[in-house]
Amino acid sequence: MTIDRNLAGAIAVTRFGLGARPGEIGRASGDPQGFLTAQIRATGADPTGPHPANSGERTREFLDFKRERNADKQNGLDKASVAKTAKRQLHESLADDFSARLQLGVATPDGFRERWALFWTNHFTVSGARTAMAGFVGPFENEAIRPHVFGRFEDMLVASSTHTAMLHYLDQFQSIGPHSAAAMSRGAGARHNGLNENLAREILELHTVGLEAGYTQADVTEFARAMTGWNVGAENGPPEKLGLFVFHENAHEPGARTVMGRRYPEGGYDQARAVMSDLAASPHTASHVAGKLARHFVADDPPPALVARLREAYLASGGNLSTVARALIASPEAWEPAARKFKTPYEFLVSAWRVSEPTPQDLADVGQVFTFMGQKPYSPPSPRGWPEEAQIWCAPDALVKRMNWSEAFATRVGANQDPIELASNALGARLTPLVAKTIARAETRPEGLSILLMSPEFQRR
Amino acid sequence: MNTPQNQTRLTRRAALARAFGLGVSIQLLGGRALAGADGASADKRLVVIICRGGLDGLSLSPPVGDPAYARLRGPIAIAPFGQPGGALALDQTFGLHPSMAKVHALATKGQARIAPAVATPDRERSHFEAQDVLESGGAVAYGTGSGWLNRAVAALGPAGRPRALSIGATAPLVLRGQVEAASWSPGGLVGADPRLPAILHDLYASDPLLGPALAGGLAAESMAHVATREVAAAADLSQAADAGMMARAGSAAPPARKGGLDQGRRLGAVLAGFLTQPAGPRVAAVEMDGFDTHANQGAAGGQLAARLSTVDAFLDGLQSGLAQKDAWRDTVVVLATEFGRTARINGTSGTDHGTASTALLLGGALKPGGIIGDWPTLAENRLFENRDTAPTMDMRGLFKGVLRDHLGVERAKLDTVVFPGSAAAAPAAGIV
Repeated sequence: MTIDRNLAGAIAVTRFGLGARPGEIGRASGDPQGFLTAQIRATGADPTGPHPANSGERTREFLDFKRERNADKQNGLDKASVAKTAKRQLHESLADDFSARLQLGVATPDGFRERWALFWTNHFTVSGARTAMAGFVGPFENEAIRPHVFGRFEDMLVASSTHTAMLHYLDQFQSIGPHSAAAMSRGAGARHNGLNENLAREILELHTVGLEAGYTQADVTEFARAMTGWNVGAENGPPEKLGLFVFHENAHEPGARTVMGRRYPEGGYDQARAVMSDLAASPHTASHVAGKLARHFVADDPPPALVARLREAYLASGGNLSTVARALIASPEAWEPAARKFKTPYEFLVSAWRVSEPTPQDLADVGQVFTFMGQKPYSPPSPRGWPEEAQIWCAPDALVKRMNWSEAFATRVGANQDPIELASNALGARLTPLVAKTIARAETRPEGLSILLMSPEFQRR
Repeated sequence: MNTPQNQTRLTRRAALARAFGLGVSIQLLGGRALAGADGASADKRLVVIICRGGLDGLSLSPPVGDPAYARLRGPIAIAPFGQPGGALALDQTFGLHPSMAKVHALATKGQARIAPAVATPDRERSHFEAQDVLESGGAVAYGTGSGWLNRAVAALGPAGRPRALSIGATAPLVLRGQVEAASWSPGGLVGADPRLPAILHDLYASDPLLGPALAGGLAAESMAHVATREVAAAADLSQAADAGMMARAGSAAPPARKGGLDQGRRLGAVLAGFLTQPAGPRVAAVEMDGFDTHANQGAAGGQLAARLSTVDAFLDGLQSGLAQKDAWRDTVVVLATEFGRTARINGTSGTDHGTASTALLLGGALKPGGIIGDWPTLAENRLFENRDTAPTMDMRGLFKGVLRDHLGVERAKLDTVVFPGSAAAAPAAGIV
């Protein structure tokens, strides 16, 4: 690394991490790369709270809601009654999970570890926008993603693909092999009696090899056939399996499958599991993951040399994500002084809290702020997740919303804080003379903080 | 659990869910200067609606007269004309989904038509690749980072390059590009410090991203004040009419859905408010999502029916707002999706990613006529890859016909700049 250590410290905290808490840039500047590598941990990222709710509990809550809804229907009540309260509680759990994650992001001293985890939750996107999904996004992140973010990619792929949230979000739980025992016994005319290829397609396109791999519709269908039987324990099954992964042998499509030129003999659960092993090991997956990481951490249009390094690290380590994280930190291209990433609303707001209100008064009611800025809590627009591009997030309306929010926020928290000191804490050596001068000229302390938050340097990382 | 504090939180969240549960956002492009040198297209309005997720054309405009339709679709087939929940007839073969009553009323006046078998050049059945091709106007995915609507406006000439505006927090690909796009969305968090915008204006002076974005955002904000004030004033009048309609509909429309419909209608009316301001935009893009119906798609009622009701209400609000200002007669609306869905019902009472779908055209500027393009039928041997409605018309040709005949974009530019390398896809004639 040839750049100044103080600048590197600021980059470590703002670009690789989630923004500076007071004093953080100083702590990182002694050994910026060491500051980051120390955050890599075999046990994975932090859970979002001391006692996060699990899928089993949330499944019971959802079943209660469905029961109440059906009872309402039978009693001729409209939606304004008992079930409505239960439905609100499901959406309330989503809000609680979201604020717990936000709290972690604001408070953690290990901002890089948390950013790395957030990247993977977006790679394996699930959305809580539907009532049936609202309670499961938080548990999904804690159970399927966070434990694996510094482990093997393959383990995270399997954890994601066997989690109730993903199996529901992409309809896999309804997929049945057309020639399986279950389909045969139900008869050809029965409802919900066939293949659903949604999860299989998105695993190929979004989670692993990507479209560049050149797979065909036949590959998608074959993979979907191999995955039949991957399901979630229901109410009529064993209680200890409720809301957890189960393999239904009788819904599994019998026979050997061919996916992307490889033959997979009949083998129940192991058949699709074997496909996943091969997908995780594919050079296409290495390229896909490397490109996404480089776009997230460094630039919408990342240096090819950086992508090549990350790809190489992935392949050489068999998809070990600690190795990939170390390669990212060691890549000189990732430390270019020019900040090229425009913060998403989540990144902007978390970094604003970190520097100026490290112990937020109330994170429970911030959902609407995210929605106004275009990032409704736990509701990404599609299985592709939240986009990365500056052009999308720096839309005129979104920028005006940021400005108005900054002003209201600064009025609340900025009256007793010196904005110049906050600017130094927030940006360190990234603070430019123009921004420092503009802040110094502010009429009031809150105005100074608004200018800092809206400065081009703070809006980027 | 139900402490007073909790109640307050719930209520606020519920209000939020009402405000943003629609899954609709609007982007607008263009200012008064959209006119060519002769000013002929000065008052032409174009609204492009992108339905994300793969809208099922066979439900939007069910071919209930096609002998194969009912068999392929089973329980999710829309019933024939005249039956309960049946399609609203357009001709012998096609109807509209029963949720599309307002659009159907326009169709009977020759102000709404369908193109039942259009597709982009993409055949991969990936949402993201197909949406990229649909919005970029390229022949292949990820070929260009700008959208065809932006390039079409740019192609109208430098004589007063139109100002761009978007409603919706973020900008969609179809409007991204050389012509600056501002944006606006409902839900203000209005600031009080009049100094801050000016300070930031100076601070962003040399920033190519933040500078134009802020300027556009502030301009849109002031225009929105006018548009929303007009809608609020009109709402008092229309509430009486709404109440009458609800009374006739009896208990068929549950309260929750009524809220969504009101909101859809209001959003359409706000868009009309933008489009009718003297210095307002003349070209707009609208995004709607929630059409990826892999499971429990429903027929006359259900998941897709609810989305289509919102589409119908939005279009109704837009049409009424424009008609009030005598602007509907200069308007064309095009609604399109990235791909259609499988002709056969799937194993989970839904449909999977397919190929051709229906595009819907509306507007007072439309030429009356039947379906646009040929109907390949759903006969077994006519399905594309034995699976999907076969495309008989290139989506780009449909867009090109509207851009040429409604906005006056030159054919040569349509073939090369707006839709690069698309000379073979001739502009659809006789639409406007």
